[in-house]
Amino acid sequence: MSKFPKIALCATGGTALFLGLAAVGTGSVSGLDSVSFSDAITAPFLSAATAEENPQNTGFALGRVALPEEVAAWDQDVRPDGKGLPAGKGDVLTGEEIFADSCAMCHGDFGEGVGRWPVLAGGVDTLDSERPVKTIGSYWPYLSTVYDYINRAMPFGNARSLAPDEIYAITAYLLYVNDLVEEDFELSKENFTEVKLPNEGNFFPDDRLEVEYPLFSAEVCMSDCKDSVEITGRAAIVDVTPDDVAAREAREAAAAEIQASAQDALVTGAAIEAVAEVKAETEQVTPEAVSVDPAQVAKGAKLFKKCKACHQVGDGAKNRTGPQLNNLMGRVAGSGEGFRYSKAFKNAQQDGLVWQDETLAAFLAKPKAYLKGTKMSFSGFKKEADVAAMIAYLRSFDQ
Amino acid sequence: MSEKTIGQKTSRRGFLTSALAAGGSVAVAGAANAVDDPAITSIQPWAQELGEGVDASPYGMPSPFESEVKRRNVEWLTADTVSSINFTPLHDLDGIITPNGLCFERHHAGVAEVDPAEYRLMINGLVERELVFTLEDLMRFPRENRIYFLECAANSGMEWRGAQLNGCQFTHGMIHNVMYTGVPLRYLLETAGVKPDGKWLLMEGADASGMSRSLPMEKALDDCLIAFKMNGEALRAEQGYPVRMVVPGWEGNMWIKWLRRIEVGDQPWHHREETSKYTDLLADGQARRFTWEMDAKSVITNPSPQAPILHKSGPTVLTGVAWSGRGTIPRVDVTLDGGKNWHQARISGPSLDKSMHRFYFEFDWDGKPLLLQSRAHDSTGYVQPTKAQLRNARGTNSIYHNNAIQTWHVNDQGVAENVEIS
Repeated sequence: MSKFPKIALCATGGTALFLGLAAVGTGSVSGLDSVSFSDAITAPFLSAATAEENPQNTGFALGRVALPEEVAAWDQDVRPDGKGLPAGKGDVLTGEEIFADSCAMCHGDFGEGVGRWPVLAGGVDTLDSERPVKTIGSYWPYLSTVYDYINRAMPFGNARSLAPDEIYAITAYLLYVNDLVEEDFELSKENFTEVKLPNEGNFFPDDRLEVEYPLFSAEVCMSDCKDSVEITGRAAIVDVTPDDVAAREAREAAAAEIQASAQDALVTGAAIEAVAEVKAETEQVTPEAVSVDPAQVAKGAKLFKKCKACHQVGDGAKNRTGPQLNNLMGRVAGSGEGFRYSKAFKNAQQDGLVWQDETLAAFLAKPKAYLKGTKMSFSGFKKEADVAAMIAYLRSFDQ
Repeated sequence: MSEKTIGQKTSRRGFLTSALAAGGSVAVAGAANAVDDPAITSIQPWAQELGEGVDASPYGMPSPFESEVKRRNVEWLTADTVSSINFTPLHDLDGIITPNGLCFERHHAGVAEVDPAEYRLMINGLVERELVFTLEDLMRFPRENRIYFLECAANSGMEWRGAQLNGCQFTHGMIHNVMYTGVPLRYLLETAGVKPDGKWLLMEGADASGMSRSLPMEKALDDCLIAFKMNGEALRAEQGYPVRMVVPGWEGNMWIKWLRRIEVGDQPWHHREETSKYTDLLADGQARRFTWEMDAKSVITNPSPQAPILHKSGPTVLTGVAWSGRGTIPRVDVTLDGGKNWHQARISGPSLDKSMHRFYFEFDWDGKPLLLQSRAHDSTGYVQPTKAQLRNARGTNSIYHNNAIQTWHVNDQGVAENVEIS
């Protein structure tokens, strides 16, 4: 196989120069001059020991050196031995509060899970039953996985937004709801690896080749292999296959309408114009509607990605973790049909709070300050322009 | 009735049916229709009028008559489509290559829309040089083109406890097979210079789920690719644009999409997708971990519940796909009678390592009910197990790695159903 010239072949001034230039191109060369590059890059390739150990171990003169700050920004992962844990601490009661605000809308107040969202607590002694419940307490082998996953992927739709102390606190709370620590427990970087999860010992490495291959590699029978055959189970009786015709019709109808709707507005200018047209039509029907800037709608559509984990809007929007948002303007807060609102929203409904530009702007800027006790985990739009764009976007779904 | 659900295809095949019926099951070419066929005797609009010019569709799409050929979701499976899966329409495809737009999707936090100008791949950890590559940098390494299947470990996972979903799209559609263009991962590792105690890699995606998996160094240096093209064009956004991992023969979850970082370490990370998920719970409550390789598997795609036999008795084509994460598929057996008698199928098309294989078995259908199964043999001598064999070995709680033999019952009308048999 012919390869491009390896760095070992071109480890001349040219190599160092190239890499130096690559670094310059990034605009982040402070502290890195071409000399240090040259030393760092070329020396190992020319090392006789490396070449003897593995003559293939050469590489290419491509890429640039990662700055320590860059590595720190991305290297956030945590291992069972505690490697990667940041300094910090958090206790069960603090964790309970954060969990209620940021996690409970999907995972339930006690980690019991809402709908089909993951169950995080309970399930002890179910692993060998017909319906195992695999939770942090019953199944997960290492606590580091909990910290790591919350840190890099949660809360859903607002990942990488929690501080180390908050994550330690949530992790402590998850240990508590799994009956693994007492209420006064505080988890920290220092005591983290002392906590063992009960199911750690019940995992073993893949042994299919040893255990299953001998079972599944015997000579096969080709004729007169059995006397009779009976049907013992049928999918039609279970009847859980999606109804394709109905689903197809619904989706095609939706697709035809959505083409002109605001959800595609961010894709092309033509789509934005289409939104404006739709909006104009809408205005004819409801003359009191406030006119909406299509560029604002498009911007709002983009911002709505932050909301999509919980809210739906547009054709066929349903209540999910949060209520559907069609025809929101003029709606009394907490009055969306069929949605189970928090106490905060029930109170607001009784008080007759109506969603208008001003009220919605205040809520979207600081949800928890405006409606104390709301279960909405979103911390708010910091820019007024974003609030305005979101309101414009939501208005485009008024009828 | 099944014919109605087929939409546009009914008329085309309906005509075939009547033509065949006239001649019975032999010497079809000799039979003539009683009346003239208007498809021939009348002038069709496409034979008279001018069609669309070039550029009517700058990026070409399938014929409108093929609008039913698409990925489908099973809504009750997951809480929300942003962390969900849809399925490749295997029953509508032939050959071994999956068209890009039909490759099943599996996202944990929706499709990340990564700007290629801001794409960076970082290598850090136990290396001589922690490095950052742009997309342009990656395009300057030597490339390779290889065809591999990608199967989700949960493919057929809904069928552990019994026949549940009616259609090979739903039972087996978490798989696709495409040609990747990419850079061998070992070139990047060599460029960074792996330190002697670097035995494991962590692969991490740029999406909001921070998808991450541990990979042993041996596999990384063997055949893994950093891919940026599929079937000749840029990766689709839903397949990890601009760059994804290719981990041949191993479970799809490891093929990290939107790949942004590779860390070299001395031990595995035991992250969420290799502990809480993608571990195989056995009947006794113990769980296998690091079950990376995909066992040999096959399925008959036609006939199948979504692709019934639309003609009467006579010449019939049975076809399907087979694959193994441990090599090639030298042989596939098929049965028409629920396993009393088996026949070797004919494999057509390339037989490539860790790629999908296409098999056919042509037979003269007598119009009586059928119980169809296929059984793959891989190049290591492994034979695809029956459902009973697999359940005996693992129980029914495993979720992942269900590679058991699938049965379709075809009734005398040609309608197929997902069943289990003794």
